[in-house]
Amino acid sequence: LIVSILPLPIEWEQLRMKRQFYEENKPFTCLDGSRTIPFDRVNDDYCDCRDGSDEPGTAACPNGSFHCTNAGFRPTFIPSSRINDGICDCCDTTDEYNSGAKCENTCKELGQKEHEVLQKMAEITKEGFLLKQQLIQEAKNRQQEKQSKLTELQNNKKELEEKVEALRTVKETAEQPEKEAKELHLKAWEEQKAIIRAEKDKAKMAEAFLELDDDADGFVAVAELQTHAELDTDADGTVSETEAQGLLGGVDHVDTASFEKVWDNIKDKYVSEVSNNSQDSHTPDITRPVEPAPVDTPPEESNKLADNDSEQYPSDDDVQEEEEEDEEEDDYPEEDFDKAPPTVKTPPKKDEDEEAMPPYDDETRVLIDAAQKARDNFEESERALRDVDDQMKNIEKEISFDFGPDSEFSYLYSQCYELTTSEYIYKLCPFNRVSQKPKYGGSETNLGTWGTWAGPEDNKYLLMKYEHGTGCWQGPNRSTTVKLTCGKETTVMSTSEPSRCEYLMEFTTPAVCQEPEAVISSLHGHDEF
Amino acid sequence: MVPLLVALLFLCLGAEAVDRSNFKTCEQSSFCKRQRELKPGQSPYRALLDTLELSDSRITLQLINDNNKVRLLLELYRLHGNMTRVKINELKPLKPRYEVPDVLITDPPTEPMTLVAQDENGLVLSLGVDEQRVIVSARPFRLDIVEGPTVLLSLNSRGLLTFEHLRLRKDTLRSNSSQKLMKEEEDKPGMWEETFKTHSDSKPNGPSSISLDFSFPGVDHVYGIPEHADTLKLRNTDGGDPYRLYNLDVFQYELHNLMALYGAVPVIISHNTERTMGIFWLNAAETWVDISSSTAGKTVFGKMMDFVQGSSEVPQTDVRWISESGIIDVFVLLGPTPNDVFAQYASLTGTQAFPSLSTLGYHQCRWNYNDKEDVKTVDEGFDKHDIPCDFIWLDIEHTDGKRYFTWDPHKFAQPKEMLQGLMDKKRKMVAIVDPHIKVDSGYNINNEIRSKSFYVKTKDGADYEGWCWPGNSGYPDFTNPEMRAWWASKFAYDQYEGSMENLFIWNDMNEPSVFNGPEVTMHKDALHGSWEHRDVHNIYGLYVQKATSEGLIQRSGGVERPFVLTRAFFAGSQRYGAVWTGDNAAEWGHLKISIPMCLSLGLVGISFCGADVGGFFKHPSTELLVRWYQAGAYQPFFRAHAHLDTPRREPWLFGPDNTALIREAVRQRYALLPFWYQLFYNAYRTGQPVMRALWVEYPKEPATFVIEDEYLLGKDLLVHPVTDEGAKGVTAYLPGKGEIWYDVHTFQKHKGAQNLYIPVTMSSIPVFQRGGSIISRKNRVRRSSTCMENDPYTLYVALSPQGTAEGEIYIDDFHTFNFEKEKQFIHRHLHFSDNTLSSNNLAPDSNFSTAAWIEKVIIMGATQPTSISLIAADGTKSAVEFEFDSAASVLTLRKPGVNAGADWTVLLQ
Repeated sequence: LIVSILPLPIEWEQLRMKRQFYEENKPFTCLDGSRTIPFDRVNDDYCDCRDGSDEPGTAACPNGSFHCTNAGFRPTFIPSSRINDGICDCCDTTDEYNSGAKCENTCKELGQKEHEVLQKMAEITKEGFLLKQQLIQEAKNRQQEKQSKLTELQNNKKELEEKVEALRTVKETAEQPEKEAKELHLKAWEEQKAIIRAEKDKAKMAEAFLELDDDADGFVAVAELQTHAELDTDADGTVSETEAQGLLGGVDHVDTASFEKVWDNIKDKYVSEVSNNSQDSHTPDITRPVEPAPVDTPPEESNKLADNDSEQYPSDDDVQEEEEEDEEEDDYPEEDFDKAPPTVKTPPKKDEDEEAMPPYDDETRVLIDAAQKARDNFEESERALRDVDDQMKNIEKEISFDFGPDSEFSYLYSQCYELTTSEYIYKLCPFNRVSQKPKYGGSETNLGTWGTWAGPEDNKYLLMKYEHGTGCWQGPNRSTTVKLTCGKETTVMSTSEPSRCEYLMEFTTPAVCQEPEAVISSLHGHDEF
Repeated sequence: MVPLLVALLFLCLGAEAVDRSNFKTCEQSSFCKRQRELKPGQSPYRALLDTLELSDSRITLQLINDNNKVRLLLELYRLHGNMTRVKINELKPLKPRYEVPDVLITDPPTEPMTLVAQDENGLVLSLGVDEQRVIVSARPFRLDIVEGPTVLLSLNSRGLLTFEHLRLRKDTLRSNSSQKLMKEEEDKPGMWEETFKTHSDSKPNGPSSISLDFSFPGVDHVYGIPEHADTLKLRNTDGGDPYRLYNLDVFQYELHNLMALYGAVPVIISHNTERTMGIFWLNAAETWVDISSSTAGKTVFGKMMDFVQGSSEVPQTDVRWISESGIIDVFVLLGPTPNDVFAQYASLTGTQAFPSLSTLGYHQCRWNYNDKEDVKTVDEGFDKHDIPCDFIWLDIEHTDGKRYFTWDPHKFAQPKEMLQGLMDKKRKMVAIVDPHIKVDSGYNINNEIRSKSFYVKTKDGADYEGWCWPGNSGYPDFTNPEMRAWWASKFAYDQYEGSMENLFIWNDMNEPSVFNGPEVTMHKDALHGSWEHRDVHNIYGLYVQKATSEGLIQRSGGVERPFVLTRAFFAGSQRYGAVWTGDNAAEWGHLKISIPMCLSLGLVGISFCGADVGGFFKHPSTELLVRWYQAGAYQPFFRAHAHLDTPRREPWLFGPDNTALIREAVRQRYALLPFWYQLFYNAYRTGQPVMRALWVEYPKEPATFVIEDEYLLGKDLLVHPVTDEGAKGVTAYLPGKGEIWYDVHTFQKHKGAQNLYIPVTMSSIPVFQRGGSIISRKNRVRRSSTCMENDPYTLYVALSPQGTAEGEIYIDDFHTFNFEKEKQFIHRHLHFSDNTLSSNNLAPDSNFSTAAWIEKVIIMGATQPTSISLIAADGTKSAVEFEFDSAASVLTLRKPGVNAGADWTVLLQ
């Protein structure tokens, strides 16, 4: 029994679009020309043509398509597989003619809605486009401003360079007599110091002689020297008789006068019997580095920790990061030590500190003051030059950005726009960076720094790409795509994270508003919407 | 709380692959170590023949261990359907030992045994059929099951029967010396306490492990004991660790080792060209299985066989089971054919739950779809790219703080709106509900479980708590039937807020996973009522899925079929839904291993199996992703899934060419849904696997015994997916001498019993239809299976060399139990011979009508007829138009138009 599966209430309306191909009661040739079939096999719910063209009104062909007229709205094509599948696809309900699905004709509503949307869009576009013209004008002005500023700075720079050179000469001229006077002063002071040191040494020697001369016979004898183990010369921990004799210059004892020679041999090692303790405590310090030994965490390890950054678990992260920062701070002085041998850092001996260098005489001081003034002037001029350089660089950098065909995006430069969601505050600073900060405390995460325009070929200015943000745990570095749409305001509309660590931000700006006519026509021509 | 969890996650997730040190080796599991130290030799056990008791249903006999005089009770049953059950327990245990409930679907019906002979050395019992006998040898005790002159199977032939009897602790004994009747064995390490890493197992009951060995003479292929990421054919474990069965959440599991994974089915299947048999070791405790095959040269144990076997040339496989507690309860499935073994096992533990049609469609999953809008976009993506899809899944992030049965108030504020949106598209959703419950006094589910005292307890009686996704969590005691009934009631539409009839459930982490527990699971001394977790560990996951599945049945008043996916499983889990191979990775090796893993599950009853398409961890290359879709389209459970930290990978994100390749693979799946549905109906009825190892259908063809890169769907479709990077071709073995295989894409004919090289491109999915079969397809692929219910069928008739073919077609309402309760289904036999194709009713007492009809018949291997006529049920005859492609020998009948449920005959003249 052949089941009557084909009620075929297909209205020829549906074929209207291609009507010329489906001529009633004439054999039908598949649109790909592959074969010709009797007309009763058109729309008979069996696929005869490879291209599906014999079944424009049934689901029989897997590659067929169905035309919805959608009177009141936009006509459209849907895959044949959506005919009579129980789901309303065409707003005119024509796709569900035999499925029992209860579809309502919504074309009129949709048409109206679309009209409203289009109208609203047109309004926005219109106003936005006007704003855009302003932006373009402002950009032009700004550009000119920048350009003239640049020229001004360039002239400025030239002058400053000359000034710097002039002041350098002045400075050098003033510094020569200053240097000479200072050296003279220093030399005098050194001589003075030598005399003082010799006196001190002599006193020390006398003191030592008295200490060593245990039996107070006015001679220092071998045995008396042997009580001072620190004077050991062969590193066996004791001073033998021979050693002591050697120290005494080959004799058994010396008097005060001959002790002078002996003193020269032993004074570096000699430890006073009286002030033993105090010397012990500070002598070793002198040769030791001032800083304690650095924390011995190998730097690689702390780097590894830093990689475990995941915004999912902020509390843990914070702790780790802090720890890591501490370690890094510790690391720097360590490096300094490496570069210079520790002895260089040995602080001056306290004895010498006690006697400070006497002040310069008036004449020298006048020379110094003059040189200092020359130096100050020179440095000031150098600073001014650097400042001008920086300003020029900034302007050049700004000018180098691609702000769109008419520089309409230049107003976004050095601005930031925020959006607060339930959890985070997102910040977009165009041409700079995108970041995210937890609303209730916590550190900022870089979601990407300015990369490129990344829109489609016909208009690359519809998408911005920010890349190389904070790394994701086990994943890529964060990045953000900013989608620009036409709007009267410049606002971040939404943010989302469609894929882990890949953010999407919607941003409205008048700068992308197109000429109203162009918008309307492109929308109407967009059939498959 | 959080930092701890994070630290833990970091420890886990930071590793490149599995951290083996998290999991025990046999050496580290004290009972396995003790048992394995015992080498084959003379068994100390002796059967006390004078204790023999023979009744209609069973034989009992006492065994004595001559070393310690402890007595065991042996029970022998002859079961209906050619099975023998052997139970061994202590005759008088200090306290009851655990016997696994709820796995057997009934008390297996017994058949009488008769005593054939008896002397002081033993007895011979007749098993009733085929001269099958059991020989009980007394000293040492052993059992041999023989058929005529052939020994099929021997038990304790290597003397490895061990029963660590329950005992009092030595320090307790000292104060009570009057009890010291028998010679006590020395305590060995780990008997009364065991530590692993930072965890200690208090073992208040002391040692309790059991072991028994089985020998299969003449066998060198054994299969089964899933779940392991390893070859289909089981390996020899001499010199390495045994196979381990202990349900564990193994992070980033490694391929090709025998470590335990998420599920355990203690069934091993032996096969040779003569016979297929099975052993079902019904024990839910941690279990290790040693396999040693002596094909290479019989040395140590050969002699022992000789006295019954009389030969030393045959291969032999020895299998030794070791479990930590419980009793020995073994079902010997005597076959003799693979299908007999499947039927025997099914008669014990039930068959695959018959899934609703839509669950056989494509499932789109990701950890996680971010919010309602995301779900909508993905749903629309499938329509936009014209790719069919039946289910969208939500992982743990959809909940309010990992509190299952709830929804994130911001991201999924209006779940019913979302579900309705999917329903409007005839699509469905699966949400995750895991068995760990956040300990939070503001969480109803927790409060109720706590107040009803339904949580698993610690050894000291407090609620057991462990770490899982929500942080500190309790674990409901699913072994408690009252708890399960309560759990099931939580799926009622008025209990599970936001749920609707198109919402189904996914049970993950039900090993159970305890992040801070020993081996990432529960402490063995935790208590489930009076039983230790040690006793019930491997069945916990089954209970979770069972309770959930019952909840879904109940919420519809018993009308609708449930769908529950589980990660952990045990013997019998097939009755409750689908299983997937857990957290795999986006690597070619993982794509390859999905085949033997699912084949192994199919052999032990679990047909509804799949692997995460694309791989869960890591980011697949586009080629791997496409190949995985192609392979997954031909595996029973077809779901794409991805880790939270991987880039998005919906099918349309890789350019139009790759979208088209994926679309085509998914469409092939949907066209074949009638076949899949019928295969699942068959699995439900018979226990035969849907996805089959080749040897199952070609048991006498040794070339098929180790094949694991291709497989059969039912018996008629051979699938050899491309699983190699950059493959230019695959070599498929087409089995069956004298058979013909037709390439399903080109209808090209190939002879059986040959290795066929097939050149492949990126669009190739090598699939062949067996000559002699009829397969039905629905070629009008729509956006979901539900949209295709009434669509017409195309019959693919592949003629055998004899010009015959047969197949089946099964139709019902595709989602309710009415097929079972009301017999509302159509089951027809399609048959072609003598140039006549006919459809006959296989179930005359059933009653169902369908709108579906036969739109086309394609006959492969045909000759050109002069005319074709159709005879309808009422006898009316009409002509059928046809086309004949003589180059390909393919005859296409145009629009027979008969109803798919009707009787009809087509005559070729």
